[in-house]
Amino acid sequence: MAEAPKLFKVTIDNITIEVPAGTTILNAARQIGGDVTPPAMCYYSKLQGSGGKCRTCLVEVAAGSTADPRPMPKLVASCRTNVMDGMVVKNITSERVTDARNGVVEFLLLNHPLDCPICDQAGECHLQDLSYEHGKEGTRYEFAKRTFEKEDIGPYIQLHMTRCILCYRCTYVADQLTNNRVHGILDRGDHAEISTYISTAIDNDFSGNMIDVCPVGALTDKTFRFKNRVWFTKPVDAHRDCPTCCGKVTLWNRGDEVLRVTARKDQWGEVQSYDGKPGWICNTCRFDKKDMNDWVIDGPMKVARHSVISANHYYSGTVKPQETVAEVMGGRAPKLLMDIHSISDVNKPEVHLSELPGPATGATFNSPTPLKGSNGQD
Amino acid sequence: MRSRDMQLTQRAKQVDRRPMTAWEKLYLPSILKGMFITLGHFFKKKATIKYPEEKRTFSKVFRGLQILNRDEEGRERCTACGLCAVACPAEAITMEAAERQPGEEHLYKEEKYAAKYEINMLRCIFCGYCEEACPKDAIYLSQTFAPANYGRKGFIYKKDDLLIPNPKEDPDGYQKALGERAVKK
Repeated sequence: MAEAPKLFKVTIDNITIEVPAGTTILNAARQIGGDVTPPAMCYYSKLQGSGGKCRTCLVEVAAGSTADPRPMPKLVASCRTNVMDGMVVKNITSERVTDARNGVVEFLLLNHPLDCPICDQAGECHLQDLSYEHGKEGTRYEFAKRTFEKEDIGPYIQLHMTRCILCYRCTYVADQLTNNRVHGILDRGDHAEISTYISTAIDNDFSGNMIDVCPVGALTDKTFRFKNRVWFTKPVDAHRDCPTCCGKVTLWNRGDEVLRVTARKDQWGEVQSYDGKPGWICNTCRFDKKDMNDWVIDGPMKVARHSVISANHYYSGTVKPQETVAEVMGGRAPKLLMDIHSISDVNKPEVHLSELPGPATGATFNSPTPLKGSNGQD
Repeated sequence: MRSRDMQLTQRAKQVDRRPMTAWEKLYLPSILKGMFITLGHFFKKKATIKYPEEKRTFSKVFRGLQILNRDEEGRERCTACGLCAVACPAEAITMEAAERQPGEEHLYKEEKYAAKYEINMLRCIFCGYCEEACPKDAIYLSQTFAPANYGRKGFIYKKDDLLIPNPKEDPDGYQKALGERAVKK
């Protein structure tokens, strides 16, 4: 018996590529890149066993292989189907796929609260991107959306169960990154929910990575909660010497204040890899280092042109643009007709949002000493 | 030759460069003709009005001063989502968000609200993009314009200046501020 060839030839949307045996269709498409890559809500290449749940990556296999060129009768999940030699795959060229994907998005949005105006994930949410591309404007669902009782899962992570699409990524993070998973999916079907069961706090040192893998706003950073919208923050890449993790992060700044720290993301929205190892970051880097002095700045993060995060961002590298007014005025500084800070209540220099452990309250902005007792509740 | 005859508008007229006739050289008839045109305007309808005693009605699509809307129960609709600010081409809108605390449910509609909300009316170009961007029907442009002010500082409009009167405490003021634009929706 002849040995199987090492490289399989696969054609995706009329683009042919050679990939090693055992590669999934999704990963083969990612090697081509661009529009032919199916979207993935649950598959995460850095988490073993992920995928196969959300069905957004469905593709049509027009020919199974050279040996057996019959088409596959049903659409297949590309994240769970390996390529065969001579396989012909249709993604965006297939009407069936587009139609099925629209249906999947409609299903994902059935119970999604669509509270994007409040949600901290808005602007970097994969479900937002997906529904923008494939979703309908209205819903055909007539029943009440499923709701859950609010649950506190610890001081750092905010859980919004209503937004969850049950991709299971966070449970894989807990299984594969931390030594002890204390949360999971309870119940089945429509009742399925992510919970810690007895409301035990998730306090493992790498638990914060659940926030990064969550494709929607179900798990968000409590230290960043409501502090600013992502598109008004300035993302810069930075690093520090961290004994527990790689220490390579993206800081989301407002002025010189670090409002949020996340791991760096690659083009698929997944955590960037360094030397083949995923660059997960520890909770100390993520939640406790909210000072610019803790970090060494590498430069502004590259933001895709079409992303809302690129709005109102002007890049000049790490070099501060030159002030030209004084130069052309013969050394005289420009005369300010009005200093906006003398009248404006927004972005007051004495209010340090980055030092608050949780969301700001009315007391944060209105009390004379903003930082003391700023939580309003105490 | 085509390019010489080409005219930008239909009203373009060739300049008459012939020497003046004796009648034209008299000059006075032309002056009198002009005077009669001026005199005729005394008896025509005036194009101006006596503002502020008299005010013009605005068109239904007039875009004036912004108003921050409340719902029927008087709760603020704005959730500080920032879409108006990112849509604003003049970058006139700034805000700061806060979390609604237990006991504040009668003040704010959603769990997040704008603790501070400012529009710089010096920057605002009244394009109405903020109204278009708002997912919560929280901001709309009314049919009044920003009153004049002696200083620049008076043009930084804060929440007190922008918020619509509470429909529970001041129903008449609320209806008046709501105007025609909001009723249409």
